[in-house]
Amino acid sequence: MSLESKHLLGLYGTSREDIELILDTARTFREVLERPIKKVPTLQGKTVVNLFFEASTRTRISFELAQKRLSADTINFTTSTSSTKKGETFKDTVRNIEAMKVDMIVVRHESAGVPQFLTRISNANIINAGDGTHEHPTQALLDMYSIKEKLNKLEGLKVCVVGDIAHSRVALSNIYGLTTMGAKVSVCGPSTMIPHSLIKLGVKIYNDIDKAIQENDVLNVLRIQLERKAGDRIPSLREYRNYFGITTERLNKFNKEIIILHPGPINRGIEISSEVADGPYQVILDQVTNGVAVRMAVLYLLGTKN
Amino acid sequence: MKIKAIVIDEEGLKRTIIRLAHEILERNKGSKNIILIGMRTRGEFLANRIHKKIEEIDNSKILLGVLDATLYRDDFRRRLKQPEVSVTNITFDINEKDVILIDDVLYTGRSVRAALDALMDLGRPNTIQLCVLVDRGHRELPIKADFVGKNIPTSINEEVKVQMKEIDEEDSVYLIETPDEFKTT
Repeated sequence: MSLESKHLLGLYGTSREDIELILDTARTFREVLERPIKKVPTLQGKTVVNLFFEASTRTRISFELAQKRLSADTINFTTSTSSTKKGETFKDTVRNIEAMKVDMIVVRHESAGVPQFLTRISNANIINAGDGTHEHPTQALLDMYSIKEKLNKLEGLKVCVVGDIAHSRVALSNIYGLTTMGAKVSVCGPSTMIPHSLIKLGVKIYNDIDKAIQENDVLNVLRIQLERKAGDRIPSLREYRNYFGITTERLNKFNKEIIILHPGPINRGIEISSEVADGPYQVILDQVTNGVAVRMAVLYLLGTKN
Repeated sequence: MKIKAIVIDEEGLKRTIIRLAHEILERNKGSKNIILIGMRTRGEFLANRIHKKIEEIDNSKILLGVLDATLYRDDFRRRLKQPEVSVTNITFDINEKDVILIDDVLYTGRSVRAALDALMDLGRPNTIQLCVLVDRGHRELPIKADFVGKNIPTSINEEVKVQMKEIDEEDSVYLIETPDEFKTT
């Protein structure tokens, strides 16, 4: 069994078999993370470069940890210290890194399509760690893993992604991945944050959060991204909180169990109240642990593929 | 599949398991400090059966685990097919224990080497003893089994096919001719 593609660029077009293989393989690595020695020698001698052209703490640390736990050699490259600052083009930077004989590249960039572009100028396996507002496949995979861990299935589940959908790569990857796995995906947020083209993907749109809570098994609550000018699309953070914030009072209106995911970092008191973020329904820290296992699975499956 | 000989049949396998269980108990002076660990896939089923037999003979409870050593293999770059990994299930402490590592066929010794590395990452056992159903020779590493069901001298173009009812149709061990596409020489 191996993946169809030699890269992980996005979940658009990724087959159900491939997603299942990644999620099953991640279970193995989840067990490795519980061992006293949380390291296996599988990717010994492989070199992975983490090319981060955009700020990231969680994803970069998660990838780096995943690489180290598979015994790969890792190099971190961030724009603040790079030669792109000195005027080198993106293509030249990548060609130079490639000339140092690397096997895999994990890339994050503020422009959509950069990982795709990399596959044309490099022979390495490319893993997308977030490209603009396009896709963030490993985040969606770890979301799916965390949902499956709690509810034992994905098929037939109703999952609602809440927040600024138009500017979220997490939302798009979730929609593609979960739909492929047979879940029913919907979105909820202010109209200014929801692209209506989503209807073409078969996605239901809610503008009323109470209705979304009532009708779904899982809520994936996105962060209000102030750095992506979220403030321009809502009157105020307080108003967003009043209409869309996930609070205990809202959840208690309906006597039902619901799983709450959040990709982090959390804005406590805005999109989610502290009580909910630390409450019984959330799996936010499980998501972080599962993230390392899922990324190990992706690195393993791509790095050992012939 | 060209069968050259049937090496162990269903009755034979039962008797072999009883003998191996007795030998393990004899060598370790009872079952007090031993734990059994089966290597996926067929080693796991073999371990289940030996485990049941030892508990029966000794009237005691013994810990049983499953090890998947895929991540420790040395042949990732040489294989055409990516091996499937599955979960190791050892939920107990192996420190200071006498570990009986159980596998179906001992051949080059490379998967046992991987298993030894995997076990060492889980703790520091008192001893590790190797128990195999079939030793077919052709070792590439200095590894030797402590308990052997049957020694079968083989040529490099033969294969030992172990079948167990848990996933196969029958309990048996066959000596077969390697299909041409897998021949090494």
